[in-house]
Amino acid sequence: MIQRSRTWQSILTTSASLAIAAVALTACGASTPQTKAASPAAAFEGKGPINYVSSRDASGAAQKSIDEWNASHPDEKVSVVELPDSADQQRQQLVQNAQIKADTFGVVNLDVVWTSEFAANKWIMPLPKDALPVGSMIDATVNAATYRDTLYAAPYYTDGALFYYRSDLLEAAGIAAPPKTWDEMKTACKAVLALPQAAGMSCYTGQFDKNEGLTVNFTEAVASAGGTLVDSEGKPTVDTAAAKQGLSALVDGFKDGLFPSDAITYQEEQGRRAFQEGKVLFLRNWPFVYASLSATDGSSSVANKFNVTSIPGISGPGVSTLGGRNLAISPFTQNKATALEFIKFFTSEDQAEKRLALSSRAPVYASLYTNPAVVAKRPFFPTLLVSLDNAQPRPKVVQYGATTKAIQEEAYAAISGKKDTNTALADMQAKLAALSSK
Amino acid sequence: MAALLLSPTAVVLALVIAYPLISAIHQSLYADQTGIDADGFVTEGETFVGLGNYLNLLTGDAGDRFLNAFANTTFFTLTTVSLETILGLILALAMNRAFRGRSFLRASILIPWAVPTAVSGLLWRWIFQSDGIANNLLGSEILWTAEGAASKIAVIVAEVWKTAPFIGLLVLAGMQVIPEEVYEAAKIDGAGWWRQLGSITLPLVKPTLLVAVLFRLLDALRMFDLPFVLIGPGKDSVETLSMLAWDESNQLRYGSASAFAVILFLYVAVVAVVFVKVLGADVTGTKELRLARKKTRSQKAGPAS
Amino acid sequence: MTITELRSLSQTQSNKAVLAPKKPRWGSYTVYAGLAAILIYCLAPFYWMIVSSLRRTADIFDNSLLPAPFSLENYVKVFDGSTMFGQALLNSLIVAGVTTAAALVLGIFAAYAISRLNFRFKSVILGVIIATSMFPGISVVVPLLKFFTNIGWINTYQAMIVPNLSFAIPLAVWNLTTFMKSLPFDLEEAAMIDGCTKWQAFRKVLLPLAAPGIFTTAILTFIHSWNEFIIALSMVNDPRIQTATVAISKFTGATEFQAPFGEQMAAGVIVTIPLVIMVLVFQRRIVEGLTSGAGK
Repeated sequence: MIQRSRTWQSILTTSASLAIAAVALTACGASTPQTKAASPAAAFEGKGPINYVSSRDASGAAQKSIDEWNASHPDEKVSVVELPDSADQQRQQLVQNAQIKADTFGVVNLDVVWTSEFAANKWIMPLPKDALPVGSMIDATVNAATYRDTLYAAPYYTDGALFYYRSDLLEAAGIAAPPKTWDEMKTACKAVLALPQAAGMSCYTGQFDKNEGLTVNFTEAVASAGGTLVDSEGKPTVDTAAAKQGLSALVDGFKDGLFPSDAITYQEEQGRRAFQEGKVLFLRNWPFVYASLSATDGSSSVANKFNVTSIPGISGPGVSTLGGRNLAISPFTQNKATALEFIKFFTSEDQAEKRLALSSRAPVYASLYTNPAVVAKRPFFPTLLVSLDNAQPRPKVVQYGATTKAIQEEAYAAISGKKDTNTALADMQAKLAALSSK
Repeated sequence: MAALLLSPTAVVLALVIAYPLISAIHQSLYADQTGIDADGFVTEGETFVGLGNYLNLLTGDAGDRFLNAFANTTFFTLTTVSLETILGLILALAMNRAFRGRSFLRASILIPWAVPTAVSGLLWRWIFQSDGIANNLLGSEILWTAEGAASKIAVIVAEVWKTAPFIGLLVLAGMQVIPEEVYEAAKIDGAGWWRQLGSITLPLVKPTLLVAVLFRLLDALRMFDLPFVLIGPGKDSVETLSMLAWDESNQLRYGSASAFAVILFLYVAVVAVVFVKVLGADVTGTKELRLARKKTRSQKAGPAS
Repeated sequence: MTITELRSLSQTQSNKAVLAPKKPRWGSYTVYAGLAAILIYCLAPFYWMIVSSLRRTADIFDNSLLPAPFSLENYVKVFDGSTMFGQALLNSLIVAGVTTAAALVLGIFAAYAISRLNFRFKSVILGVIIATSMFPGISVVVPLLKFFTNIGWINTYQAMIVPNLSFAIPLAVWNLTTFMKSLPFDLEEAAMIDGCTKWQAFRKVLLPLAAPGIFTTAILTFIHSWNEFIIALSMVNDPRIQTATVAISKFTGATEFQAPFGEQMAAGVIVTIPLVIMVLVFQRRIVEGLTSGAGK
């Protein structure tokens, strides 16, 4: 018994010391004042191998650019650290590694909406003013890579809304031009859905499931009515008449049966399918669906029967939001000079044009949209350029995660009929105000 | 001797859990500063707020969310674990019977548990989408993945599918060590199938069953992946406490995320203690089996010993 | 009670096909119908997974019960060079295998101590052990990442194995303790009277009798670690070390809005089927191996 209690003591001491070590570690980890390296004056020093952190580019185009870089920079090789496909998981990994200041992450691939948050937390470095040819890039894409008038990232590719319509059915109903406003769209629907060949179709769909797609569609609806979600200082402005008009358009769409009843579960893919299978007349979606819709292998029932234009607004053409990705440099990497050089190389117009051969991603250089060789392969590019030129970003706020969640919460409550439009917007305004005052 | 046998376990567990746990408790007493300075940078450092994070959870908007998540977690745990227990028992009874193709049955029962959780979440999301196979077979137009009661049902169906085999396999192992003699003795006494189930099988597998259910309880209370992948983050109908903790840390509010984690830990601990105390006094002893064995052996093998 | 008798007892137990008594004939149809229903519930979703994995990307949304046209496109993509999926499967095997082996060894020791030896605070120890599996997994990640970075464990197998043990050990200890407790001590006593040492009694009597429990625990912990995702994702960024679940999460669709569903389902089938076959094969082998030891 005595011996037993002695061994017991040793266990207790061991675990106690482990626990104490743990406390000590915790204390160090959490309460040391955090000095972060990045400041506007930070120097880009250090050459050598770096990691490029991104989800996989299935087209292989990104890898080709990297291979080209590696061939000419044998001492500054870039290796790819792959992240999961899901954007949530990507952000989680990026934040975790910034938290522990890991130097493994060199150049990071960021969603445009994360720019403010990463910049404000000093998880990415401000870029030198003349580092990039921002003059030849589409303004909206540069704006989306900028935080408080400082460029923090290099625009990599972009995305804007397109309005897909069934040209065959519009023609059959004797409508010459696609609708430019919501009212014109409703009138067109009335005429087309009366046709026998359009029996059972719905008018329109976008993305209304409770995720980022809803934020996009709500932002566009408000912007298309002439409003904004936040002003230039980040203060919310969703208690305005324009915001109400925008949200009401979506709410009424569900109420009046303009949208398919299951559109409330639609993300990008479900919307594409509804259109591709001939279930809806009009569709708001990104450019990626163009290829599937025009496939002539029998998988698309609308090939050669559709066309694209800008999304409709309340009293004129609508306003698109901006998608896409930027590249930025982690302040915790050793080889910042290489990182900067690599970003310049990777996002150059030359590389962007080369990637177009493999990738369907929309480049950030305006001249590529009018290049005849490019347009021949991607006939929607001129329309997309119009959309991008008028595009407005989603709210540029530091707490983007909480902001988009509040927007989705209230917009979803309104379109699912749980709250009336006024209450939902008032609640949204209050939530966003609470977030911006922090 | 006992200490020698137990110490490796203690060391490993201390290494993996002690540090995160203490770190979480420590963190839960601090609030991150969320202000933005004049240059637009997030102000750094943390302030000690004592139990402030915990109090914040229980009041106002956050309080409603917390209560909702708490209710969802409890609801899912109760429904899924009881359904799993029943189904698991049936599975075990089925696997324990002699018939052609028994090993095929065993293999098929193992499959749901063997499919990686993330993949099974995607699979069920596919099955339950608005024009998926579920609606197709049912001839219905239920929006399973939208907010509402249907999404709860979807989560329960998928979760029970995935984890009933866990209980089934553990209980089966428990049934396999019940000596045949016990059943023979009962048969001689004229006990029917149900009688034998009630007075032999169930009492004798009870300890194993309780352990299986206990571990399922612990897992179900921390449910995260399945509702997250199947229905999506931020949907009130299925938001669990783990999802809430994830969301808080995703929004860089580590203080309150840790407070959620600690509360969840305490909740799980209370449930476990109550469960063991109320139902599982037997976890430490199995008199029934010993008595049963003694009886049969004294009948059969008495002279030998 | 002799060893020979023990052997025959343990063999009847492990080889026995009929444990629950047979139902009368008229009931067997109901029973079979019930079994069929169970089979359908277990297998139908998996069947759907297989069918979906055999569709082309273009008709992945079909609801037809057979893939038409039939295509192996997704399987080809899964093993496409850049994903290193074969390596990932091997890594999963290493991580899950070592976790299981370690959990079993530690679990058997601990369970033996708790069920067979006399000392104080047993229930406290059991309580503390299970308490470690009560902490929400997602909250463990950041502290562990910090810790493992400090000690240089990033991109190592142990960074995945050790956290996995926090689920595996409690399950092993609790399950095996219950199991060993349900086995009567007097069998070992009898063996020791016959001249076995404590170790021999443990090795030749207790272990074989506990075989079904050990084996079940092994399956469950193996599969649990095989499926672990968030720790493996956070602790490893080198594709040569990553596990299969992490590799699956990195599959990408044609564009960022298109989930690579077919590929994910194909990968799901690939990781599930060998597991089930392996369990079936090992089950017979291991249980036989353990019980035959009883006779020596």
